Amino acid sequence: MRATTRVVLAGLLAASFASAPAMAQQKLKIGFITTLSGPGGIIGEHMKNSVELALDHLDRKVGGLATEVIYGDDQQKADVGKQVADEMLKKHQVNFVSGIIWSHVMLAVAPTVTSASTLMIGTNAGPHQLAGELCNENFFTTSWQNDQTPEAMGKYMSDEGLNDVYLMAPNYAAGKDMLTGFKRTFKGRIAGEVYTTVNQPDYQAEIAQLRAKNPKALMVFYPGGMGIQFLKQYSQAGLRGQIPVYSVFTVDEISLPALQHAALGQFETRIWSPDLKNPANQKYVDGYQKKFGKLPPFYGAQSYDGIMLIDSAVRAVKGNLADKKGMIAAMRKANFHSVRGKYTYNHNHFPVQNFYLLKAVAGASVSQPVMEIQKTVFANHKDSYSQDCKMKW
Amino acid sequence: MNAILIVEQALNGLQLGVMLFLMAAGLTLVFGIMNLVNLAHGSLYMVGAYLATHFMQTTGSYALGVLFGLGGTLVVGILVEVIALRTLYERDHLDQVLATFGLILFFNELVAILWGRNAIYSSLPQFLSGHVEILPNLNYSLYRLVIIAVGLLVAGLLWYVVTHTRLGMLIRAGASNRTMVAALGVNIRLLYTLVFGFGAALAGLAGLLAAPIFAVQTGMGELILIQVFVVIVIGGIGSIRGAFAGAVIVGMVDTMGRAFLKPTLATVISPSAADSAGPALASMLIYLLMAVVLAIRPQGLFGSRGG
Repeated sequence: MRATTRVVLAGLLAASFASAPAMAQQKLKIGFITTLSGPGGIIGEHMKNSVELALDHLDRKVGGLATEVIYGDDQQKADVGKQVADEMLKKHQVNFVSGIIWSHVMLAVAPTVTSASTLMIGTNAGPHQLAGELCNENFFTTSWQNDQTPEAMGKYMSDEGLNDVYLMAPNYAAGKDMLTGFKRTFKGRIAGEVYTTVNQPDYQAEIAQLRAKNPKALMVFYPGGMGIQFLKQYSQAGLRGQIPVYSVFTVDEISLPALQHAALGQFETRIWSPDLKNPANQKYVDGYQKKFGKLPPFYGAQSYDGIMLIDSAVRAVKGNLADKKGMIAAMRKANFHSVRGKYTYNHNHFPVQNFYLLKAVAGASVSQPVMEIQKTVFANHKDSYSQDCKMKW
Repeated sequence: MNAILIVEQALNGLQLGVMLFLMAAGLTLVFGIMNLVNLAHGSLYMVGAYLATHFMQTTGSYALGVLFGLGGTLVVGILVEVIALRTLYERDHLDQVLATFGLILFFNELVAILWGRNAIYSSLPQFLSGHVEILPNLNYSLYRLVIIAVGLLVAGLLWYVVTHTRLGMLIRAGASNRTMVAALGVNIRLLYTLVFGFGAALAGLAGLLAAPIFAVQTGMGELILIQVFVVIVIGGIGSIRGAFAGAVIVGMVDTMGRAFLKPTLATVISPSAADSAGPALASMLIYLLMAVVLAIRPQGLFGSRGG
């Protein structure tokens, strides 16, 4: 009997403590969904780290409000992502949902969130549907539209006068989008176009076919582990010196430590790189290295920006989270110090921004290559789907 | 499509085949003899790759890396059998699937804790990184030739052990009638532990051979495991000969399909149709093959258990 009383008393005490601050001031809740398990888990780890760093830099107060971030693991699956999003909306009643690496997960999560009239800030995937006919005033992204990065690569390779380019990508929606984007801006001849099975470990058969075709250059899209295996095997086949490789989303700060010299000299296009010179980026990259002991990849930079964009919105409405219109209006100005430098929003809420050419060069030692910006390929580049978006402001 | 290219792709197919065989041999023995569905076989492959890469880098010696990789996977395999799997032999296949799936999650997380989620760096040993001119105008990677040689050697050794030694006799007997073998006074527990540890070491060997050419990362075992299951279903469960035949067939069909299906299709149908149908069909080919084998010979090519 005594024990029961004690439990009840303790419960009452805890409840009164818990409810007191909630009544005193509003609390901001952000649901951050990414992939935290399986081979894709390394990307999610960098995104989560970057969110934590952003919180540190804001003294754990996004927009001046006490902030709670709830992390969710989508396991790289669309159905799981949707379930997690539902949980964020109904159970945790979050004010913002953010994150998402993969396009197929994004296509399931974004409509779920925006139709519940909650704000969604994507920090990686940019499927063309969300930039075009499915654009929504509750959806913003701090990344890019899928086609844009290969568009920049196509432009650069055309300008270089390259011809007979061989294209390779995994056989799924994003792989096809990437090559579509490339072909939109590349004016030269295409020597061949090969789609491989997703997560195929060995590329020896395709590399032999490629060697037989003897193209002038190779352009690939192999994100994550696929890129590591493909480039290793390409180097081991002795082709690195013979046929130059250009790629998108293949060589980054995640795959470089596993590739090392097998990536040296390779070109990529991207909106951001750790060596981009601006104060916000220096603060981010230095802070990241200090806290986590490694360089952040673009996935992290975009996620850091996502939290900063939310910060700017909540500040603009002075912490009044009920004022969604006010927050949307604020975010349309992109009024914060982005790690990529100043950018603006197109009417479909996708960034209008620069795309750079990057090259993997030897860093402090040959075994630690780093990405280095070579030049700007596109200044203030808009995506190709915004005309299908009916939203006006 | 010239002759040299066909020879090269045949070598690629053979190399993929022997790699699959190293995995399939252990899996088919465990399934055939112990009647255990072991989904975690891919995890042992991953353990082999990680241990070998880790010790290669810390000791700087390829031989020591191979030694630790093989020995380490053997020990891990025996531990897994003694601690976790022993209780499962009498249970339903569904229970085994559930438990060994749990082991996959366990090993993936363990590796992530020990080495981080990033894929770790691994490269070819210097003395194996060259190319050999096996035919005029055909330079083939020395390392991949070594993989083929090791695979064929292991296949020969296994054949000898299974058909010409007392241990092999027990293995074959165990595969065809376990209860009778136990009734005759054979220490079946010890036999099981040995077979499982041996199968684990073979998976570890496949893993350490794969480490320099694939990405060494968590979950790498699951990518290859599905193909390995196709191999043992085609070859016939419990049969080493079947595993070898199945592995070479799957390796060849998969590689040739990826290389030549699209150009061949393009001569029959329009090139644009071949562009979209080719890759899709090539990735389905081994499953179609499995369906055909299952329809004609449900017990697999070498269905008689053992041998």
